[in-house]
Amino acid sequence: MSAEILPLARVNRLRIRRPKWRHLAIHAALIAGAFVMVIPFLWMLTLSLKPVALTHQPPYLIPTHFEIANYEAAWQAAPFARYYFNSIVMTAGIVFGQVILSSLAAYAFARLKFPGREALFLVFLATMMVPFHVILIPSYLIINRLDWIDSYAALIVPRMVSAFGIFLLRQYYQGIPRELDEAAMIDGASRLGIWWRIILPLSGPGLATLGIFAFLFAWNDFLWPLVVINDPNMRTVQLGLAMFQGRYGTQWTLLMAGTMTATLPTLLIFLFGQRWFIQSVAQSGVKG
Amino acid sequence: MSVLAPLRTSWRHANRQGDLSAAMLALAPAVLLFAIFNIYPLIFSGFLSVMEWDGFSPDRAYVGLDNYQAIFESAQFRNALSVTLKYTAGVTVLSVALGLVIAVLLNSEIRGQNVYRLIYFLPVVTSTVAAAVVWRYLMTPGTGYADVFLRNIGLTPPSPTWLRNPTWALWIVILVGLWKRLGFNIVVFLAGLQNIPKDYYEAATVDGAGALRRFRHITIPLIAPITLLLVIMSIIDAFLVFDVVYVMTDGGPVGTTEVVGLLLYRQAFRYFNLGDASAMGWVIFAIVFAVTLIQWKFFGVRESAL
Repeated sequence: MSAEILPLARVNRLRIRRPKWRHLAIHAALIAGAFVMVIPFLWMLTLSLKPVALTHQPPYLIPTHFEIANYEAAWQAAPFARYYFNSIVMTAGIVFGQVILSSLAAYAFARLKFPGREALFLVFLATMMVPFHVILIPSYLIINRLDWIDSYAALIVPRMVSAFGIFLLRQYYQGIPRELDEAAMIDGASRLGIWWRIILPLSGPGLATLGIFAFLFAWNDFLWPLVVINDPNMRTVQLGLAMFQGRYGTQWTLLMAGTMTATLPTLLIFLFGQRWFIQSVAQSGVKG
Repeated sequence: MSVLAPLRTSWRHANRQGDLSAAMLALAPAVLLFAIFNIYPLIFSGFLSVMEWDGFSPDRAYVGLDNYQAIFESAQFRNALSVTLKYTAGVTVLSVALGLVIAVLLNSEIRGQNVYRLIYFLPVVTSTVAAAVVWRYLMTPGTGYADVFLRNIGLTPPSPTWLRNPTWALWIVILVGLWKRLGFNIVVFLAGLQNIPKDYYEAATVDGAGALRRFRHITIPLIAPITLLLVIMSIIDAFLVFDVVYVMTDGGPVGTTEVVGLLLYRQAFRYFNLGDASAMGWVIFAIVFAVTLIQWKFFGVRESAL
């Protein structure tokens, strides 16, 4: 940009700047919208802390009472601790599996030359658009055949591979300079040694993004656990919550304590990882 | 750079470099699991859709396309398709339109943009089951906050309740779908808006274009591809709806919220009618595939993957 244009651009920026009252109006609209978005969260929190006797008072959004008793009662009425444990085992298995297996596969697709590479990659890509509903019934039959109903294996193993993860990491690996591989190769590293010592340590943000996506998917997943779990002791948090609603449907304070319990981990993970998460969601549109 | 350039490497050449054996090792777990739990079920599902079978008994019969004919003749399935289409249309139109409006407001160089974006995005990461449970309570007559709010703005609650009224139940479910989806669309729209060079707006201002004309002649054309992408993504996502309906209404009242996903689940796991259920799965697949083809046509196969 040349020196003469610069001041002109500044003038234009000044001209385009909106008056203060407009900013206020925009804030008012955005705050109203944001309020609607957070009502369910506020409501959950307030109700879960309210003494049971006061539930039938007119609704009030901000917590005025702070009673932990509902949480204790909810955790006693249903084995939420057990649900938590099941969800943690399942989520850890899925996240760990997806990160490691996707990373290995993505490395092969990004860096190694082998016949059929394009075709295989396209197969992975193409299956991403198959709705889960289509493979739901046969997947259940396979799990049944393997005698895996009511097991962690049923919850974890079928979801340890993610075509999305492979795609995401392959793109990420293409951004890592090949010179690093070549230098390691000259030093005598094997192909898998390069993955382990060069690629993996350099793919932190990529793995983190995939990890957060996998975590949210696994923790919130409902349909598959609903189908492969019958034993009440093997229920995940989401299953437990849905069943809890059926049984204690009118005890709203307990129910909200349970809901809070089910939601908190994802909210926390999201708040910690939101930078990566929002960035990768934002990119999904921009590149299109 | 085309990373997927035509591959001319011969097997022997590949192996000499050590690539082939490493690739086989690296891909083995993913390919194996993928074959067992994605490819095989897909083929299996095709077979099931032309069979009459309950999943347990030894007798299963090949019935050709009878299952497809049967489901299209069943009033229940046609109702489910129409409910699903209404839900999909409602969530898609509302979430894309509102998403664009809010993104434009957020893009107007205001303070706290990140905070707003974060708040609007929270429902996206919240579990659908939890969201459905809370919204069910919010709509409870007398004690639910949303119910009281709607009364205060003059809406008479339908009888017996919002969620048990045949005309209102689907709208409440759509509202929850919208609440879950909106943040995603806002984030994608906002990124798109921020990608439009500021110079365009400055040049238009110099030429005397007002805010509305700038929006009409710069923002709209440049945001059109992202809008199409979001419409497609939202249609695919909404068409597969299950959790929210299962928890909030279980398909009722009188089937007015019975979406295809729920009907498929019931046919398969409550009535063990695997043939019909699989045929429904393939109808869903065909519809989603048609929408995906549009996406591929406009954005390319690879670009559509994320």
